[in-house]
Amino acid sequence: MTKYTEDDLREELKTKEYEYGFYTDIESDTFPIGLNEDVVRAISKKKNEPQWMTDWRLEAFRIWKEMEEPEWANVKYTKPDFQAISYYSAPNSKPKYDSLDEVDPELLATFEKLGISIDEQKKLANVAMDVVVDSVSVATTFKKTLSEKGIIFMSISEAIQEHPELVKKYLGTIVPQKDNFYAALNSAVFSDGSFCYIPKGVRCPMELSTYFRINQAGTGQFERTLVIADEGSYVSYLEGCTAPSRDENQLHAAVVELIALDDAEIKYSTVQNWFPGNAEGKGGVYNFVTKRGLCEKNAKISWTQVETGSAVTWKYPSCILKGDNSVGEFYSIAVTNNHQQADTGTKMIHLGKNTKSTIISKGISAGKSQNSYRGLVQINSRAENARNFSQCDSLLMGNECGAHTFPYIEAKNKSAMIEHEATTSKIGEDQIFYCNQRGIDTEKAIALIVNGFSKDVLNKLPMEFAVEAQKLLEISLEGSVG
Amino acid sequence: MDLKEKLVSSFLAFEDRVDVDTFVHGIRSEAIKTFETEGFPSKKNEAWKYTSLNSILKHDYSVFPKQENQIDYNDVKKYFIHEIDTYNLVFIDGKFASHLSQTTHDGIDVCLMSSALNKPKYRLVIENYFNKVAGKDSVTSLNTAFAQEGAYIHIPKNKLVNKPIQIINFSTGSEAALMQQPRNLIVVDENSHVQIIERHQSLTDNPVLTNSVTEIFGNKRAIVDYYKIQNDNQNASLIDNTFINQKKESHVSVHTFSFGGKLTRNNLNFYQNGERIDSTMNGITIIGDKQHVDHSTLVHHIEPNCESHQDYKGIYGGNSTGVFNGKVVVNKEAQKTNAFQANNNILLDDKATINTKPQLEIFADDVKCSHGCTIGQLDESAMFYLRSRGIPEKEAKALLMYAFANNVLESVKITEIKKRINKLIATKLGVNIGFDL
Repeated sequence: MTKYTEDDLREELKTKEYEYGFYTDIESDTFPIGLNEDVVRAISKKKNEPQWMTDWRLEAFRIWKEMEEPEWANVKYTKPDFQAISYYSAPNSKPKYDSLDEVDPELLATFEKLGISIDEQKKLANVAMDVVVDSVSVATTFKKTLSEKGIIFMSISEAIQEHPELVKKYLGTIVPQKDNFYAALNSAVFSDGSFCYIPKGVRCPMELSTYFRINQAGTGQFERTLVIADEGSYVSYLEGCTAPSRDENQLHAAVVELIALDDAEIKYSTVQNWFPGNAEGKGGVYNFVTKRGLCEKNAKISWTQVETGSAVTWKYPSCILKGDNSVGEFYSIAVTNNHQQADTGTKMIHLGKNTKSTIISKGISAGKSQNSYRGLVQINSRAENARNFSQCDSLLMGNECGAHTFPYIEAKNKSAMIEHEATTSKIGEDQIFYCNQRGIDTEKAIALIVNGFSKDVLNKLPMEFAVEAQKLLEISLEGSVG
Repeated sequence: MDLKEKLVSSFLAFEDRVDVDTFVHGIRSEAIKTFETEGFPSKKNEAWKYTSLNSILKHDYSVFPKQENQIDYNDVKKYFIHEIDTYNLVFIDGKFASHLSQTTHDGIDVCLMSSALNKPKYRLVIENYFNKVAGKDSVTSLNTAFAQEGAYIHIPKNKLVNKPIQIINFSTGSEAALMQQPRNLIVVDENSHVQIIERHQSLTDNPVLTNSVTEIFGNKRAIVDYYKIQNDNQNASLIDNTFINQKKESHVSVHTFSFGGKLTRNNLNFYQNGERIDSTMNGITIIGDKQHVDHSTLVHHIEPNCESHQDYKGIYGGNSTGVFNGKVVVNKEAQKTNAFQANNNILLDDKATINTKPQLEIFADDVKCSHGCTIGQLDESAMFYLRSRGIPEKEAKALLMYAFANNVLESVKITEIKKRINKLIATKLGVNIGFDL
C-alpha cells in the first residue's frame, strides 16, 4: 500500500469537488434585479404584510442607503453589486401541503440528494422541519404536536399575519435595523425565515430545525429568524444549509435574533455548508450574518456552529448577558479550504451580576484559505463576579493557509475573572508516528487527530445533527474523517 | 492653533537651525509630510482604539525650549542607577548635559545623535541604519521629522561593553508645557554585547509630552539587554516607539517597567530578519489613579527557527486603565517558529479598566504559537493564609502582588536594577518590606 501522507490529503482536498453541487429547476417567481423603495414595497405587498411591517422595512432601507459596507474584517472579496441581485424568489408550487405526497417531487428529490429526505426525517427523527427553499416555507411538519404545547413554530411571514403582536414586540429589538450594513439590508428585504415562540414553562419536546438552500440563480437570500423563549422554557433549534454549485457569487445576509426571558434556555446549533467556490476560488457564497441573543435573569443561550462552506464568512453569534446569573456559550468549528476565507467569532457582553460565558473556537485551515477568530469579551462596571473562559485553537494544514486570532477583552470590574488562551499548531509528525506504530494508517490517524481536535465542539451538537455535521466535515476535510 | 498645526509650522523654524543639505534631512522632509497628512492618531485608528491622546494634546507645548537649563547632580542623583559604574547620556529639556554625562569613543561609540548626524566619520553608519527600521506611522514620523538629538550608540564587532549605558531625559519645567522628541540609534555589531537603561524624568508638575523613537539593530549573534524604567510624575506623558531589527542568532530583550506617568504608550516592534533569533519582551505595570498605560507590541517572524517570548504583568488600581495589544505575525517562510505571549492582569478597584487584545496572525504551518491572557483578583485563600499567620492586610497584598510580578523581575540581568525595581514596587504598593534578593 502506498503511504497516505498529509500531502496526499491536501491533494485530495484540492481536487475534491463539491458533492452537493446541483441545481433543481423549479419554476420560480423571481423579481427583476435591483433594489429601491418600490422593490421593498413590492416584497412587503407580495407577502401581504400589514402597514407597520412595510414601514419598518422602508425605515431599514433608508438607513441602509446611508450606510457603508464594513471593511474591518480580515477578508478580501469583490464587493457584491447590490443592484444586480434579485431580492425575491419563491418556489411556484404553492399552496401549503398537508402531507409530503403533495410536495413537488423534484423538490423532494433535491432533499434526497442532500441526504435529508423529509420522509426519513419525519419517520426516524423526532424533528419538525420547516423547510425553506428559496425563501418561502414549503412544508411544515409536526406542527400539530407543537401547537398542543402552545409552541408557535412557523415561517416569519405567517407569524406576521397570525401573531403580529409578538413579532411587533420583539422584531429588531436585539438586532436593530441600524445595527450594521447587512442587518439593515436584511431588515429591508428579508424574504422569509422562521419564527418560534415557546410559552412560559414549556420544554420543547423536539429539536426544531430549518434547512436553508439557495436555489434560484442570482437570488440573494435574506433570512430572518426570531426565537423567543418565554420564562422558564427550553428550546433547541437547529439550522443547516447546503447550496448548489454556482459560478457567480451569491450573497447571504441573514439575521437571527434570540430572546431568552427569565430562566429560559435556548440552544441554537448551525451547520453551514454553503458552496465554497471551486479549487481556484471561483464562485461561492458570501455569508454575512448577524446573530445575537439576549439573556434575561438566569437565562442561558448556547451557540454551536460548524462552518465548512462559503467563500467568505463574516459571522459573530453574540450573547448579551443582561440578566443576573445568565450564561452565554459559544462553540465553533470553522473549516476553510482552497480559497475560502472565514472571519468568525463571538461577542459576550456581560451586563448582569454573576454572568458566565464560555468560548471554545476551533479553526482548521487547509489549502490557500484564511481563517480568523475575532471575539469580544466585555465586562461592564456593574457586572460583579463575571466569569469568562475562552479557548481558540487553530490547526494548520499546509503552508499556504493562515490562521489568525483577534480577541478583544475589556474588563471594567475588579471582580471579573477572565481567561483567554489560544494556540496554533499543525498535526505533529510524532502524533502520526504514534498512531502508525499502533497499526493505524496515516489517513485514519489524521481523521483521528482532526476528530479529537474538534471533539469539544462536536460533542455539543444535538445527536440528530451530529451525523449531518460529520458529513459536512467529510466533504471539507476529506477521506479521513468518519 | 492646535498642536498639529503648531508642529507643522515649527518645522520651518527647525529647518533654519539644521543643515538641510544632508541625507537625513531628506528623510525629515518626507516624515513631516506623512505627519501633516495623517495627524495624531484618533480612537478610530484600530491601533489606538483604547488610547485617546486628546487629553494630552490640549496643552500648549513649546516645541523648542527657550533657554538651556542646568541641574545639580545631587538633586537628581536618585534617578540614576548610581550604585554601579555606567556610561551616562543625560539630556535636559532635550539638550545634552555634558556635566552629568559620561560618553566614550574608546573602541565603542557612546555619544550624541547630533554629532553623529553632523560629523562625516559617522556618515556611513547613519546612512546604513538611520530610519531603516523605524515605522512610517504618524507619531514616529513626527519624531523623525524633528530628529536631531538623542543617544547614538555604536558597538563594533566582538566587543563586550564592560558597563551598562544609561540614557536619561530630564525635563526641568522651566517651560509651562514642553514637548520633547528624543531620537536614539543603537547599532550592535557581530558578537557584541551591551546593556542599556532608559529613563524619562520630569522634575516639576508642568506637563511634559515625550515622543521618543529608538532604533535598535542587533546584528549577527549580538546580545542586547534594554531596560525602560517609566516612573514619571502625574503630568508627564510618554509615547515611546521602539523598533528593533534583528539579524541571525541575535538575542534582544526589552524590559518595560511602567509605574508612573499620566499616559504612557509603548510601541515595541521586533523584526526578525534572520534565523535562530531570540526576542524577549517583558513588562511589569503597576499603576493607580487616573493613569493610563498602553503596551502595544509586535513581533514579526520573517525567517525560520526563531523564538519570541512575551510576558506582561499588570496591576491596576484606582481609576487607571491598562491596555495590552500584542501582535505576533508569522510569515509563510518562518517555519519552526516558537512564539509565546502571556498577559496577566489584576484589577484592584472597580473603576480600573483593562483592555487586552492579544493577536496571532499565522501563515506558516509548522509553528508553535500560543497566547494566554487572564484578568483576575488576588486569591482570597492566599490572603487568608498570610493574614492568619499575622501578616497585615496591606503587606499580605503586597507580597502576593510581588509574587505575581516576580518571574518578570527574575529575568532582569542587572542586580542593581532588580533592587531598584523592588524598591519602586514597594513604594508603589505603599509598603515597607525589604524584598531582598
